[in-house]
This record gives sequence, structure tokens and C-alpha cells, in this order.
Amino acid sequence: MIDQFVIPLLKILIVLNATLVGVTYMVLLERKVIAWAQSRLGPMRVGPYGVLQPVADAIKLMLKEDITPTKADRWVFTVAPIISMVPALIVYAVIPFGPVVRLFGRDVSLYITDINVGLLYIVSVASVGVYGIILAGYASNSKFPLLSSLRASAQLISYEVAVTLTLVSVILMSGSLSMVSIVDSQYNARVWFAFVQPVAFVIFFIGGLAETNRAPFDLPEAEQELTGGFHTEYSGMRFALFFLAEYANMIVVSSVATTLFFGGWLRPFPNVAALHFLDVLPSWTWFLLKSFVFLYIFIWVRATLPRYRYDQLMRLGWKVLIPLAIANLVVTGIVKVMLF
Amino acid sequence: MPITPTHYMLLSAALFIIGVIGVMVRRNIIIIFMSIELILNAVNINLVAFSSQQHNVIGQVFAVFVIAVAAAEAAVGLGIILAFYRNKESVNIDEMNLMRW
Amino acid sequence: MAEAITFYTIAACILGFAALVVTTKDTVHSVLFLVLDFLFVAALYVMLGAQFLAAIQILVYAGGIVVLYLFVVMLVNLKRAPEAHQDPHRLSKLGFGLACAVLIELGVIIVSGYMKAPPAALAAPAVLPVSGNTEQVGWLLYTSYLIPFEIASMLLLVAMIGAIVLAKREL
Repeated sequence: MIDQFVIPLLKILIVLNATLVGVTYMVLLERKVIAWAQSRLGPMRVGPYGVLQPVADAIKLMLKEDITPTKADRWVFTVAPIISMVPALIVYAVIPFGPVVRLFGRDVSLYITDINVGLLYIVSVASVGVYGIILAGYASNSKFPLLSSLRASAQLISYEVAVTLTLVSVILMSGSLSMVSIVDSQYNARVWFAFVQPVAFVIFFIGGLAETNRAPFDLPEAEQELTGGFHTEYSGMRFALFFLAEYANMIVVSSVATTLFFGGWLRPFPNVAALHFLDVLPSWTWFLLKSFVFLYIFIWVRATLPRYRYDQLMRLGWKVLIPLAIANLVVTGIVKVMLF
Repeated sequence: MPITPTHYMLLSAALFIIGVIGVMVRRNIIIIFMSIELILNAVNINLVAFSSQQHNVIGQVFAVFVIAVAAAEAAVGLGIILAFYRNKESVNIDEMNLMRW
Repeated sequence: MAEAITFYTIAACILGFAALVVTTKDTVHSVLFLVLDFLFVAALYVMLGAQFLAAIQILVYAGGIVVLYLFVVMLVNLKRAPEAHQDPHRLSKLGFGLACAVLIELGVIIVSGYMKAPPAALAAPAVLPVSGNTEQVGWLLYTSYLIPFEIASMLLLVAMIGAIVLAKREL
């Protein structure tokens, strides 16, 4: 009874809360890091060193007036940010934060669940997330958001193909779709998959940048383009939901990259007994540390690179990344058959 | 009453008939295409129900092929709709009678 | 007991949303109901133990094909209602009545056919060297049914080229 209901419920509560708090503080982290990259300080006034800035942001957004444009489709207008947010959150059900540990006298697995089609679940849920963007642009009943949302969704579905092909290469290496067994196969192979599949990792990361509408692929939502993109007509809490969804997607891409390419919860050199002193850090700390590195790289890339134009973006997705991903898959298959 | 494949077959038949009604009654060609997708889904439910009853995954393999064919058909059909709309500005199937006078 | 409740709920949602797809006047709402319908059908597949097919249903059907429909619905942005003209030769009510009659006939056939003889296993379930739903589907696809698999991929390639050519502005 406790094992079936209470423990998963507790895990879900912990993960959801951690995600929402993490997403709110990601906003602050981004502003700070971009500020430091530009030789300034970022938010410093609210709380010591600006640490309470997200709280102030949240209160402001909740108290803002929720405007619905006239002649907008009310139901679709309301539901679009929800459709954007839900896939970003339910992906956490399969992300493994750590192995089975002993807590309070019980064997508790540090992941909510482990389904045997975990990776396919992540990809399919991500492809449902496109609807939020399309419907937001359509429901706004205004030209700029409609065009921008069509552009954004075209970008998303183009880069989805490249990302899925790289994930297939990882599946070839590990032999299973379940996230936990992908980490276990990295343990058994004694090497993180990023070193075995560098091309796949790079393509996955670039595709992840494009999937989450992050710079340099953030044309659909940049303020200088199309007057603000598909969330022009949104205000208040609905606008907040879109941004939270974007940051949650960023954390999801970082977590998935960590699990698939960088060993998940494994410490560096997990099979080398001499480095046993590194085990003082629990497994989930390693996971969070590695995900944080990726999040930092996301923000770093935003502060550094200029924005891609739309035709350059599409050309990159279709003419460069997809052929590279297919070539990587073919080479992986050939090497795996011939050598193993 | 345990859920036997009969229940799944009845569900599949009902979904099939809803799709057929959609094809026959509606005049918007996009809704007609969507009703065809409903028909294909009804067939898939039937296949998967039998696959689970016979403990043989052949039904699911067949369903995968049905999904692939449905994707191909949707792509080409929507391309035809777009080409037609560009010429005649209408998606009413009763007005799609260019080869008849 | 729990299985029965789940089945009836999912079945009611599938049929309800399908009926809404067919009857809604607004095309975008119709597409949204179709997405929900497909998600419930994927839940039904999970209930039947076909997890790979459920993921493929969400990935391809709900996340790909219906997005395509949504794009076309938005590109075909009509000012006047598409169903304004009623073709006098169309016998909609007769079609609806005949379809309901066919449904009742199908129901009778199915129920009576199953009441008579519980079906024996048609073929001995093939023992595949792998276990797990995805692995078994993959095994069958790549060994016994390799040729249909290759033909399906060629079909998709041809459909892709055809759709691109059809939707171009000038050929």
C-alpha cells in the first residue's frame, strides 16, 4: 500500500516542486549569467544579490491583468499555455535521478517510474508540446502571432527529426529504450556515451537548443521579430506559463542529455575503484551537477551567439543535421555489427 | 464481466461507423479526411485487441504498417487539398467538381 | 473490476470525442478533439499491453499527422463557412440512417459470433528469441516482415516527394 501509492506520490510532489522552483530560479540565473557576460551585475536590488527577484517576478505576473483579445477563441486561448506546460512537466516521470538507494529502511528508487519505452515516451510527449505553440498563435486572432507560431512549429518539427535520429543511435549502443537501463549500459560499457557518440551528442544539443526555442534559434519569440512572436497577446499568468514551459523544457533537455550521453547518476570513472573517494557525493548530486553544466551552457550560448535567420535555421536543420544524424546512425550500426 | 475481445470489437465497430458517418454527412473535406483517420484507428484497435488475445505481436506489426500508410495518405491528401484550395478557394466537397459540368 | 472501469471510461471518451470530431462546426475544435481521441486510443493500447504501439500512436498520429491537419486548417483560413451550400442531391439523413443500421447489424454479428464458440488460438504463438513488447515487434519487423517494412519506407518516401510537389506554388 505504502509502496504503491504513498512513495510515488511523494516522489511526484518532490520532483514537481523542485522543477517549479528550479524553473523560477533559472530566470534569475539567466539574467545574472548574461549580465556577467556583458560586464554588468544583473538584478541586485531585490534581496541580497537579487536572490529574491524571482519571487518578485512571480508576484508581479500573478497580479497582472489577464487580457483576452476580442474575437479570440476563448477556450483555445486559455488551453494553449497549459498544453505547452504539461508535456514539459510529465517528462519527469521517466528521468532517473539516481539508482535504488536505501532510505529509512526501504529500498527506494530515485526515479518516479521506469517504463520499458521510456525514451520513446519522452520523444512522443515532446512532439505533443508543439500544439501549445500552434494554438497560441491561432487563438490570438492576430496576424503576427499566427505567422510566428507557424514558423516556430515548423522549426520544432524540423529539429525533432534530427534529435530522434540521434536518440536512435544511443538506443543502438545501449540496446534498450528504458532510461535506467541506458545508464546501466553506460556503467557496463565503462564509458559515457558522449565519448562513443560525439557527433550524436553535438546534434542532440543543437537540436535541443532549437527545440526549446533558445538562442541562437529563438527567432519565433524574439522581441525584435514579429513583435514578440506567438505569445504577443498573452499577459499575466498565461504568459508566465509559456516562459515556465520554455525553461522547464530546457531542464528536460539537459536532464535527457545527462542521462543519455554523460552517465546519468554515475560518477566519473564509475568502474575505477581507486576513485572511490568520489562516492562521498550521492548519485543524485552528480546528476544535478551535470544537468546544471548543460543549463549553464544553454545560457552561455544565448549570451554569445547571434540569432539565426529563419531560412538559415531551416537549412541547418534539414540539410546539415538530418544527413549527419543519418550518417551517424549508419556508421554506428556498421561498427556495432562488425566489432561487437 | 471481464473485458473480452468482443468489447474491443464492438468499440472498434462503433468508432468505424462514426467515421463512416463523418465521411458521408460532412461537406468540409478536411473533416472527411479526419473521419478517414478515425476509420483507420478503429481498424487498429481491432488488430491490437486480437494481438493481445492471441499473445502474438503480429497484430501490432500490422497496426504499425497501418499507421505508416495513414501518414503517407494524410500527407498526399492534404497536399491535394492545398493545391485545390489555391485554385478554387473552397474546401466544400460539393464544389469539387472540376471534371464535370 | 478496475480493468472494466478503465475500459469503459476510455471507450466512452474515445466514442464521445469521435462524435464531437464529426459534428463540430469549427474545424480547429474538430482537430483538437481528434488529438484527444488519439491520446485515449493510445491509452487503450497501453491497457492491451502494446506499449510500443501506444508510443508510436502518440508520436506519429497525434504528434505528426494531426499537426499536419492543423497546419492545413490554418492555411485554409476561410472567411465564409465551408458548409454554406447544401447540395440538394445529397441524402445525408438516409446515409446516417443506413450507417446506424449497419452498426446494429455489426453489433449483432459480433456478439452472436462470440457467444457461439470461444475462439481457439488460431496459430501457436510464435516463440520469439527476445522478450519485451518493443523487442518482439522489432524482431518480427526485421526478420519475418522485412519486405513489407522496406516497401512501407519506400511508400513514405514517395508520399513525401508527392506532397512536396503538390504543395508547391509553381511546378
